[in-house]
Amino acid sequence: MIRRQDGTRRIGVFVCHCGLNIAASVDVEKVVEEISHYPGVVATEHYMYMCSDPGQDLVRKTIQEKKLDAIVMSNCSPYLHERTYRTLAASEGLNPYFCEVANIREACSWPHLKDREGATKKAIAIIKATVEKVRINMELFPPVIPLTRRALIVGAGIAGMTSALEIADAGYEVVLVDRAPYIGGHVSQLSGTFPTLDRVGCVTAPLLARVVTHPKIKLYTYSEIEDIEGYIGSFDIRIRKKASFVDETRCNSCGRCLEVCPVSVPSEFDRGLSQRGAIYRSFPEAVPSRLLIDATSCVHLATGNSCRACEEVCPAQAIEFTQEDVIAEERIGAIIVATGYDLFPRERIGEYEIDPDVIDGIQFERLLSPTGPTKGEIRRPSDGKVPQQVVFIQCVGSRDPEHGVIYCSRVCCMYTAKQAVLYKRAVPEGQAYVFYMDIRSDSKEFEEFVCSAVEEERIMYLRGRVSKVFRDGDKIKVWGADTLTGKMVEISADLVVLALGMTPSPGIVDLAHKLNVIFDLFGFITEAHPKLRPVETLTAGVYLAGACQWPKDIPDTISSASGAASKILSLFSREELLRDPLISFVDEEICRGCGQCVSVCVYKAITLDPKKKVATVNEAVCEGCGACAATCPSGAIRHKNSTRSQFFEMIDIAAAEYV
Amino acid sequence: MNLWYYPGCTLKTRAKNAEDSAIVSMAALGIDMVELPRWNCCGTVHSLAGDDLIHHIAPVRDLIRVKEQGGSKVATICSFCYNTLRRADILMRGDAEKRGTINSFMDEEPDYNGEVDVVHLLQVLRDDIGWKAISEKVKLPLEGLKVASYYGCTLLRPAEVAIDNVEKPTVMQDLLRALGATVIEFPFATECCGSYQIVGNVGFALEAAKNILTSALRRGAEAVVLTCPMCDYNLGLAHRELKRQRGDLPDIPTLYFSQLLAIALGLDTEVCHFNLNYIDPQPLLQSKGLIVEGVKVGE
Repeated sequence: MIRRQDGTRRIGVFVCHCGLNIAASVDVEKVVEEISHYPGVVATEHYMYMCSDPGQDLVRKTIQEKKLDAIVMSNCSPYLHERTYRTLAASEGLNPYFCEVANIREACSWPHLKDREGATKKAIAIIKATVEKVRINMELFPPVIPLTRRALIVGAGIAGMTSALEIADAGYEVVLVDRAPYIGGHVSQLSGTFPTLDRVGCVTAPLLARVVTHPKIKLYTYSEIEDIEGYIGSFDIRIRKKASFVDETRCNSCGRCLEVCPVSVPSEFDRGLSQRGAIYRSFPEAVPSRLLIDATSCVHLATGNSCRACEEVCPAQAIEFTQEDVIAEERIGAIIVATGYDLFPRERIGEYEIDPDVIDGIQFERLLSPTGPTKGEIRRPSDGKVPQQVVFIQCVGSRDPEHGVIYCSRVCCMYTAKQAVLYKRAVPEGQAYVFYMDIRSDSKEFEEFVCSAVEEERIMYLRGRVSKVFRDGDKIKVWGADTLTGKMVEISADLVVLALGMTPSPGIVDLAHKLNVIFDLFGFITEAHPKLRPVETLTAGVYLAGACQWPKDIPDTISSASGAASKILSLFSREELLRDPLISFVDEEICRGCGQCVSVCVYKAITLDPKKKVATVNEAVCEGCGACAATCPSGAIRHKNSTRSQFFEMIDIAAAEYV
Repeated sequence: MNLWYYPGCTLKTRAKNAEDSAIVSMAALGIDMVELPRWNCCGTVHSLAGDDLIHHIAPVRDLIRVKEQGGSKVATICSFCYNTLRRADILMRGDAEKRGTINSFMDEEPDYNGEVDVVHLLQVLRDDIGWKAISEKVKLPLEGLKVASYYGCTLLRPAEVAIDNVEKPTVMQDLLRALGATVIEFPFATECCGSYQIVGNVGFALEAAKNILTSALRRGAEAVVLTCPMCDYNLGLAHRELKRQRGDLPDIPTLYFSQLLAIALGLDTEVCHFNLNYIDPQPLLQSKGLIVEGVKVGE
């Protein structure tokens, strides 16, 4: 028998009955008796529930009385109570990594319920092996990582703004970046919210005002993340501030340039329902209220034409045709991704004809908006008539793997109901139809809202899909099925509104690569754990807010944005960052710099030291997964307290029980 | 370049206008369409029955003819033939058990294991020749001719045989644009023409076909371009019916895509056999300066 006779560590072993969970199949008293004779074990105790207060008191008392250096807790899986017992050990002055858990429940008593003798023998083997491990464990201290207590937030929609204000209000600086010239994101395009029908402007205006004036928020609009280097606590970000060709410091927003620009192109903000010039403000109430020139449509910038009309009328000499992109650099400690969503590309639904009077949900919001292209009157785009028959089609692209995506976009049932209600209130004599698959109204007061839309507003809900939408003279023909009556339906509509599904914002995959975070099949960013860690990613220091994860409505977005902000605040609550010490380390005497560990590390925590030609582990980034240790051909890179020699020792001891 | 070509029954009889114009046009584009020796019926209608093996004997035998000639690809002009041959090929490639049964049933023939690609001539034009090359060969652009392309079902359904986007195909419009025509998009491009319902349920089939013609007319089309003799027949009948009901409606002739191809390539329009068209397209074509003298139209 190979055994390391250290003898210097005084080890205590505590065996839990876990009621009958363990004691039913493991003879606890026999285990204690056997272990008490094992070398180095100076104390053994057993108790009904070791995790209970009296159980923990028993452990404390024993550590004190027997002057223990290390303890082996023999009970359930370390996933449950490892942290409990390590905290207990630390409170008694032990290094917490001198506390190990021997799992004799999930790994022993439960799978061997009907074999008391075998289970008892196995429990003894597991505990002895764990004693061996703790005997050679290293004393570990959490690595201390410098922490820059500033946050970067990518995306200044409702999610990014919420997170930014929460972090900034707590006194930490926030760098808030959005690629649009304005903040507010998609929410700025909306008219009213469901189910309360509040005007969106009233909900967001205070947020917008606070974000732009907050002394702790540094705003970069019309800017994109160029690259990201570093790790939790110290990320170095380069931000591309796109040339706007208007000197923001001189421009007084008088708008005279807007009147003289000869260019007319569709407005992105109104999704083509209005026109803008090459020099433009995204929308009248945009915050910040900046003007900018779009270089691709400006005749001077794009074609070299001599037109400089805006420059000529500008009283502030703010036009700068020579302006170029500028790269700004920021050092920050943590990041929130709040890039939001986009709409499913409607061209992919070939059977719904492209027509000015077949619009998407956000276009309808623009029609409803008092500052929109129709000043809030519902007039159809083709001829400005007030539509008398409006058909809303849900699940366009969503829940439709044939054309689009399989997932549910979650918000469309409610916003369609809201839009139909707002339509009915604006045009009481009109008729609204909604084609739906199922109505998913699963949040607070949602079902009540849909019921009132059907019963009080008399909106005609038709359960079925629409097979074709096409223009027929002055009307838009809608062919659908009503699956409740089993009949085909043909509606001659004046306006058709498509509830297009939500997709991640374009460019998300590129950003995900820069951040080293995982995304799913559709491009939504994957959270660290779908249940327990919904606002974190597996990359330390990178958090998630809003619809970059999956389709979310405003309350869900705000909740996750607050969650992400609170994660950062708890991170920033310390001067420095303490990381888990159970990570990899390199024996530089053995490492020959082959770099295999570098290539297997998904966290990019390992680099090769160019001088010493050995691998080095970044303690701030390593997550302790062990992939490098398993890969290293020479055993030079190891996992702290889970080294190869420790495992061999444990296997030898456990196997000896069966010889 | 040689291309094995499967004609099918209609192209040898009632739709000679489709066949001849296609073969001559393809030759002008540098592809010799070589008629498959000993071809037999394509199977005409794909069986929807579970026990459908006997229905696949005919098309599989045609594919064996191609294989026998050392061919790896066969083109059709009739979209109905395309559909049955292609579906038989997919069945033979995908279902080992049925493949075994069919092959052993035809023990006088070599086995067929999916060695032949079945394509429609539109795919050859698009994928092997390309719109740019075609437009460069155009001698008489179809300028001012407003045409709507009508696909019917057989080129597009079921989705696994579709030669283009099932809901919004563009291949014929792309061809017509390459030929210089003005393309009219219309919503009935993929709706049913009534198909074989014309045999037992004439009223229903005519209604379907009439809707297609009136939709194309309302969008401003002067002619409907198609690939399928079945569609052509139904639209022709519907046109007669429409004219009887509403004499003031303008004519909207149907043409095979290959007829317009031959005209645009500046070929002798004798190959177009306009006398076989159900609605005489010659007045329209003359008015656009695309043909000079008319031939007498039968029926």
